[in-house]
Parts: sequence; structure tokens; C-alpha cells
Amino acid sequence: MAHGHLVAENALVMERQWKLPDRGTVGIIFLIVTESVLFSMFVIAYLIYLNKSLVGPYPKDVLELPILASICLLSSSGTIVFAEHALKHNRLGPFKLWWALTILLGAYFLWATGVEWRKLIYDDHLTISTNLFGTTFYSLVGLHASHVIVGLVFLTMVLVVTLLGFPIQTQLRRVLFLSWYWHFVDAVWVIVFTVVYIIGLPR
Amino acid sequence: MATIDYPLQRPKAEPGEFSFSETVYKWVATVDHKRLGLMYIASALIFFVVAGLMATVMRLQLMFPNGHVVAPDTFNRLFTMHGTSMVFLVGMPLVAGLSNYLVPLMIGARDMAFPRLNAFGFWIFLLGGLLLYYSYLGGGGLSGDGSAPDVGWFAYAPLTERSFSRGHSSDYWALGILVSGFGSIASAINVIATTFCMRCPGMTLKRMPMFVWVMLIDSWLILVALPPLSAAQVMLLLDRYLGANFFNTQNGGSAVLWQHYFWIFGHPEVYILIFPAFAILSEVIPIFSRKPLFGRPAMVAAVVAIGFISLGVWAHHMFAVGMTSWSNTFFAASSMLVGIPTGIKIFNWTATMYGGRLRFSTALLFCCGFLFQFLVAGLTGIMLAVAPFDWQLHDSYFVVAHFHFTLVGGLVFALFAGIYYWFPKAIGKMLDEKLGKWHFWLFTIGFNMTFIPLHWAGMLGMPRRIYTYAPGRGWELWNFIATVGVFFQIAGVLFFVWNVLRAALRGKPAPDDPWDAWTLEWATSSPPPEYNFEKLPVVRSSRPLWDLKHPQDPDWKWE
Repeated sequence: MAHGHLVAENALVMERQWKLPDRGTVGIIFLIVTESVLFSMFVIAYLIYLNKSLVGPYPKDVLELPILASICLLSSSGTIVFAEHALKHNRLGPFKLWWALTILLGAYFLWATGVEWRKLIYDDHLTISTNLFGTTFYSLVGLHASHVIVGLVFLTMVLVVTLLGFPIQTQLRRVLFLSWYWHFVDAVWVIVFTVVYIIGLPR
Repeated sequence: MATIDYPLQRPKAEPGEFSFSETVYKWVATVDHKRLGLMYIASALIFFVVAGLMATVMRLQLMFPNGHVVAPDTFNRLFTMHGTSMVFLVGMPLVAGLSNYLVPLMIGARDMAFPRLNAFGFWIFLLGGLLLYYSYLGGGGLSGDGSAPDVGWFAYAPLTERSFSRGHSSDYWALGILVSGFGSIASAINVIATTFCMRCPGMTLKRMPMFVWVMLIDSWLILVALPPLSAAQVMLLLDRYLGANFFNTQNGGSAVLWQHYFWIFGHPEVYILIFPAFAILSEVIPIFSRKPLFGRPAMVAAVVAIGFISLGVWAHHMFAVGMTSWSNTFFAASSMLVGIPTGIKIFNWTATMYGGRLRFSTALLFCCGFLFQFLVAGLTGIMLAVAPFDWQLHDSYFVVAHFHFTLVGGLVFALFAGIYYWFPKAIGKMLDEKLGKWHFWLFTIGFNMTFIPLHWAGMLGMPRRIYTYAPGRGWELWNFIATVGVFFQIAGVLFFVWNVLRAALRGKPAPDDPWDAWTLEWATSSPPPEYNFEKLPVVRSSRPLWDLKHPQDPDWKWE
């Protein structure tokens, strides 16, 4: 009987010490895994069709490095970390400021993409159906831009509810997951930039 | 102290009767993993019957040379819809349904990690399925050409491009499957999060039931294998709607790119489909052999190995394309490599049965059928992995026979085993064993009668997807026998349907643990209450129910 008692004690200890990872964390990590595979398919298509266009315009004729936009997008990964930090310490003022700055930087990137596409379509007459470069360029950059849009929608939602007085500090976990998604979108841009504007532009 | 004991107090059944509208509301608005699981399985079975009837019509057309049952273009639609439905609307929801229903119960959780995402996954899957079938009405489009998709289940480009596929049939194919794919991804993320984060105290990965292990790796495969298909389908839609050139060979696009992308998805997909079978066998065989699963760590290692190796074998579907001999060699070798972990699994199931006290219930009979037939399927698979052999038999009925041996002889047999095993738990009624045996023998005879002769027809050069053939090529007898076998299969399925309806309406009530099993789903009532367990169980070994029933000889002393 003493033995059974011992086991019961162990079980009780086990129950108290039982720790498992947070489900949101696991969920968002595997969402990012599956999204990465999706992006790789478009990246691979871009690389396979590189220099395979039968007619112009070719990348070297029309592409310009989006340096400023890239700097803005990448630094938004920094501002969102500052925002998170402020929220963790319950400083709502700085949180709103950094968060709004993140949205502005992301929005500028999106606007810059729009300007770039406008130039490509109207001045250079490159559309998605012109050649393989157009096909792969617009689909890869467009897939990334669509993820920026989704990110911006969620970021704006957080800002709006915070400005309306919702106690956002109670949703720290969710804010954190949103920031991971945003970091992922930024990391993808590093790869897209490398593939499209560095590897894809022979010098 | 009493509070930490096993939660074997029976929770009360749900009280009272509900009106029709209340019942409908309960099912439509549910986020309960058991209801969603049952809805997944029920929709899969309905699509299974529909796609099975399509196969029957095709077999009738091919029963005699120069058959006139359906027109050639109807035949093309039949094999396309049959294949697409069986893979995406039968196999995939079965993966989701089985893991949804069983994983939380087996790991001692009250629900999945994300119940609402779960409901979203089911309904978007169903929308995708209905979208595909809506093509029969809307596929004609404005140009009036085409109705259901007729491009084959792997929809090779450029056949699917605007110039060759008029109307909207290919759009419905791409959109329907794309949309239902989102459901599969949602469900896979959910299963992974559930297994990592929702296990009851003491349920370590080492003690986790084999079923849950297999479904975990299955979900991993879904996450990495489905996006290539989604990407390819998005590219196809861009081609069709915006004039992009991904698969447009006139502008430098490559038709082979579609094949690569499709099979990067397509080969892991067949493992995604067969994994539930592995999962079911790993639970059913030990229970009816009265022995723990033989070589459990090796089984886990094998399934993890398949989860990675199967990602690198896809181009064995493309030997006839004309790849370099290096690629041919690589993919032939990797395809044979994946046979090793699969062989380990077959050996270990057999070794579990060896020396066991076998109870030949219907469930175990179906498992035995699986072992024989899946072995044959594996052997013809190894044959087809030899590139020069494949050059001879590519796109012949030999290939058709091979993959029907894996998916019908394998998956469907295991599915029936699983239904006979878990039906009492899910519905609370016992299925009739005598009717079950009729079902088993008719279906087994019918299945082998249909698909063994198709190997010979393929060897004699009969290509797949032909709508008819001239007499005098030596194919008549094999096709005739194959079609006769179909009637045995239909008779078997009728016995099954009758058995299920009879049991559901006036079957014998099922006890909580009818098979004297060892996993946690049998620790709650049949059917389980919405919250599964009144108190969360605490687990000390990989056979928690054995420990409970045998306090003098519990497993945790030895593990």
C-alpha cells in the first residue's frame, strides 16, 4: 500500500510540473513553415526562368534597386520590437508611437512597390503576360506584397482598437505572434531582394 | 489523493431530445473536434460512394472491347473526377477526420488546440469539394465548351491552359482543390499544435500512442507538401486569367515545371493518404493480437524517416519525360530507399501478430487484407522505381493496378478496419460482426478480382485512360474479370452500408471498452461527452488503460 501511495505522490508531482509549449507559439511557427514552402516555390520558379525570356524588356533594362523601400521595411522589424518592449512594460504611449511608425514604414514600402510597378507597366510596358520575366517578377513580388498587405491590415487593427481604448496589454501573446509574422514577411523580402535585384541583375 | 486517480467515473450522457432545427444548428455551429471529425468522415464516405460509382461506369465501359456505355469526352470527365475526388475529397478529409476525432481523445485532451480553426478547416474543405462538383453545372462558362474537368487528376499543363481547356472546367479544378487545400493546412497546423501542447500530464512523446505519432508526421507532410500544389495552382490560374506564361510553352514557359511542382506535392501526398492506414493498423493489430506493438521505437523512426525521404522521390513519376540519367538514377535510388522504412513497418506489424492470441474480428481481418495487399503494392512500387522498367510500363494499367493496390488495398482496407474498431466508440452502437465478415470477404474477393487482372492488362500494353479498345490484343479477358470484380466490391460496400445503418438505428449499445483496449479513448464513455474527460487523466506508460486494469502488473514498472 505504501508503494501505491508513493506512486500517487509521484503522479501528483508530475501533474504539477507538467509543462507543454504554448499552442499559439507552435501554431504560428508551423504557419510560417508552410508559408516558407509556398514562397520557395515562387522563388524557384523565378530562378528557373531567369534569362529565359524570349522577348524584352529584361531585368537589366528596367529594374532599379528599391534601396529606400527595403531599408524602411527592414527597419520596421526594429520598430515593432521597440513597440513590443514598450507594451511588455505597460508603457502604452511609446507602444502606440512605435506601432504607428511600423505601419508607416510598411505602408511606405507598399507605396514604393506600387510606384515601381506603375513605372514598369506604363513606361517600360512590362506586364505579367509580356514575357517570363514579367510573369515570375509580378507573381513573386506580388505574393510578398500581398503578405505585406495582410500584415498591415492586422497591424492597423491593433492600432485602431488600442486608440479606441481597448486594453491591448492583455493581448501581449497575440501582439507577439503578429510581430513574428511581420518579421517573417521582412525576412522573405531579404530573399526576394537577393533573388530579384542581386542574382537576377547581372552586372 | 483520490483526485489524481484515473477519471473513470462515467460522465452523464447528454440529456433530452432536440428538435430538428436545434440538431442542425448543433452540427453546423459546432467547434467540437468529435462532431467535426465525424462530419469530415461522413463527407469523405459520401464522396467515396460518388467517386466509386464513377469508377463503376468506367469499368462497365471497358468490360468489353468497343464499349458504348459512355461517350469518350464523358469518360475523360469520369476518370478526372474519380481521381480528383478520391484523392482530395475522400483521402484528405479522412486524414483530417480521423486525426480530429481520435488525437485529442488519445492524448487525454478536451479538444483540439484551435477549435474554431478546426471548424473553418472543415467548412472550407466542403466548399472546395462543392466548387469542384459545381463544375458539372458551371464548367461550361460563357464559351459553352466543357463541363466537368477532363484533364486527369494531375492536370498536366499545357492541357489545362486557356488554349486547350476552354470554358471553366479547369478553373473549377484549380480553385476547388486550392480552397480545400487551405482546409487541409489548417487542420494539419491544428493537429501539430494539439499533439505538442495539449497532452495530458505524463503523456510524453515516448508514451504517445503510435496513431498520434503517425498523424503528427502526416500533418508535417501536409504542411510541406501542399504549398507546392497551391503554388502551381495559383500559377495556373494566373496563366488562365492574366495571361501569365508559367506553363505557356509558346512564350518559353515549361510544361515540365508543372509536372515537377505537381509531383513535389503528389508523391508526399500518397504518403499523406496512406499514413492514416499506418496509424490505424498500429492501434488495431496490437489490440486483437493481445501484444504491445512490436519494435515501437523502430516504428516511430520508420514513420519519421518516411516523412523526410518521401519528400525526395517525386520525379519517379516523370521517368518518361526524358530527364538526365543522373536525375533518373537519383530518383530511382531514393524511391527504393523509401521502401526500407515501409518494409520495417510491414515486418513489425507481422511480428506483433506473431505469437499473439489473435482474435479474428472484422477489424483484424481487414488489417490482414491490408498486409497482403500493401505488400504486393510495395513490390510493384519497387518494380516501377526501376527507371527502364518504368519506361516500358509508364501510364499503363500496370501503374493503375499498382496505385489502386496501395490506396484501395491499403488505405480503404485500413479505413474499414478503423471503422469496425472505433464505430462503437464514436456512435455508441456495436457493428454486427457477421455482416462485417460478409463485407470483408465480398470486398476482398472483389478487390483482388478487379485489380490483379489489371496488372496483366498493363503488362500486355493496355494504356491507362483509354475509353475503349479493339478486340484481339489479349486484354478482353482481364478487363472482363476486372469488371465482374466490381460487383463483388459493390455487394461488399452494400453490406457495410446496411451494417452501419442497422447499427446506428437499432444496434446493440456499445460498452465503453468493447475490445479490452489500452489507449485513453476507451477510458471515457461511448460516445464520449462533449468535454471528453471529466477529469484529465494522468499517464505513466504507453498503455495507460492496461496499467489501470492490471494494478499488480502495470507497464510503468518496465518502461
